[in-house]
Amino acid sequence: MARSVSTQRKALNTALAWGIGFMIFFPILWTVLTSFKTEAQAIANPPIFINFDWTLENYGIVMERSNYGRFLTNSVIIAAGSTILGILIAVPAAWSMAFVPSRRTKDILLWMLSTKMLPAVGVLYPIYLLCIQLGVLDNRFALVVILMLINLPIIVWMLYTYFREIPGEILEAARMDGASLKAEILYVLTPMAIPGIASTLLLNFILAWNEAFWTLNLTSVDAAPLTAFIASYSSPEGLFFAKLSAASTMAIAPILILGWFSQKQLVRGLTFGAVK
Amino acid sequence: MGQITLKQVSKYFGDVQVIPPLDLEINDGEFVVFVGPSGCGKSTLLRLIAGLEDVSGGEIHIDGVEASTLPPAKRGLAMVFQSYALYPHMSVRKNIAFPLRMAGMDKAEQDRRIENAASVLNLTDYLDRRPGQLSGGQRQRVAIGRAIVREPAAFLFDEPLSNLDAALRHGMRLEISELHKRLATTMIYVTHDQVEAMTMADKIVVLRAGYIEQVGSALELYRAPRNLFVAGFIGSPKMNLFAGAEAAKQNATTIGVRPEHIGISTESGTWAGTVGVSEHLGSDTFFHVTVEGFAEPVTVRAGGEVDLHYGDKVYLTPELAQLHRFDEQGLRIA
Repeated sequence: MARSVSTQRKALNTALAWGIGFMIFFPILWTVLTSFKTEAQAIANPPIFINFDWTLENYGIVMERSNYGRFLTNSVIIAAGSTILGILIAVPAAWSMAFVPSRRTKDILLWMLSTKMLPAVGVLYPIYLLCIQLGVLDNRFALVVILMLINLPIIVWMLYTYFREIPGEILEAARMDGASLKAEILYVLTPMAIPGIASTLLLNFILAWNEAFWTLNLTSVDAAPLTAFIASYSSPEGLFFAKLSAASTMAIAPILILGWFSQKQLVRGLTFGAVK
Repeated sequence: MGQITLKQVSKYFGDVQVIPPLDLEINDGEFVVFVGPSGCGKSTLLRLIAGLEDVSGGEIHIDGVEASTLPPAKRGLAMVFQSYALYPHMSVRKNIAFPLRMAGMDKAEQDRRIENAASVLNLTDYLDRRPGQLSGGQRQRVAIGRAIVREPAAFLFDEPLSNLDAALRHGMRLEISELHKRLATTMIYVTHDQVEAMTMADKIVVLRAGYIEQVGSALELYRAPRNLFVAGFIGSPKMNLFAGAEAAKQNATTIGVRPEHIGISTESGTWAGTVGVSEHLGSDTFFHVTVEGFAEPVTVRAGGEVDLHYGDKVYLTPELAQLHRFDEQGLRIA
């Protein structure tokens, strides 16, 4: 009796999970499907699911009209640059907070996180002006720095949580063994924190890749990444859903593939070190 | 060489005094045990010597050199931690080699020392394993191996056996004592277990709340505890302590008699009592005897084959020559 109830409930839960999973995935599926339709079929009412004339025309036009390679390169530079720079700054910061905490460490961590509570648009004007003054508007390096600063609180928090799991005695042992601070971080702490650092890298790379507010506002041509590439197809000339979808598919494909191959690390990263 | 001298060393955490200014002399080649209940400051004192904590005041001389401001690695000491603190991502060989690598020693000399340490500690077959694949006792030996390859002036042990089970603990105790005899290097060993202290130490330092209560050999502490705290702490089972009328008869505020210094008989004796719980260890039996007028049962050691049972009437006779007398401050009366 009890067993059959639990089986039923299990089946129900499974169905529910698949249902919710499909709902979350649906927009991406729809975007991909739309990218293979003609413009007319893309806005057809009632919508057509599978039964349309599959075409690669949109991809051809998009490739022809814009320089996908340049957008892609910019995205890679901005996402990878901000992530690497962020890690270089966050590892020592998280080290000091995890292993030599002061009375104010908790406050500093909270204060850092609180910067994420401010709506980004609130500081758009000052940052925009700063970029103009410094002559770095539409500049890749400026975006690397800005995105790094925006994601830094999250990187520090994640690394801090990982480092906290490493017993302090091991670092003390390294100190007794004659390791300098550099050697201690390089040979002992970092290898032990590799899983944590890897998932932090991945998550931050994805966040930076998908970041649209600053990349759209601070770039035009030279530094524009894939977010700008997508945006350029939701344009004043009217909506071209099929081409917009083709551009979107091309923009999200790299990160989707990266995400697929690193699922395990990502789940670990998103649970903030709670799952060992 | 491993001569360590503490001069007025003190430690504060914020406003809290953990170690009041204390002096201590540790001679070259000595096996010194810091013992005391948890929170007595024994681990802090060890960490001050190691350099993992900074002193708040005073000086630490290691082989004549003032070392209290030197970083841990420059003090020439090696430490074995309670949790072993092995590097989990390195093989046993790399763990043991780590301090040598940090010192920039050449590879051939590194290998020679590692082979040497491994054979002393029976680790030769495990050199390529990771710490996670070893048992508790083996991990402990790797930690010791990592310490001995450095050929330090002194070894520091921070409760190294408390994570091991009882049988293994006994074995490791012997191994460490054996190692000390062989290397003849100064060892400072922290434990809360007075049995470890008694069995291993040349010199025991009994600590309470950061104060040194007494320093001496195991037998000195056993025969002549300086005060009530040491009397109660050293010896197993604990010394019987009596205040009141019985103590007054001996011109003392408190008197103490060890369980092994009380005779037990069914016919005659000084105190009449009733047998309560008895603990049979095979070689010995400990009887807890309730005596009229005494606040607590008296613990008595008897032979293994003594046939007494719960509720039996017995007589106890303390050996007056082995009586310890303490004044109102709890200090020993000579």
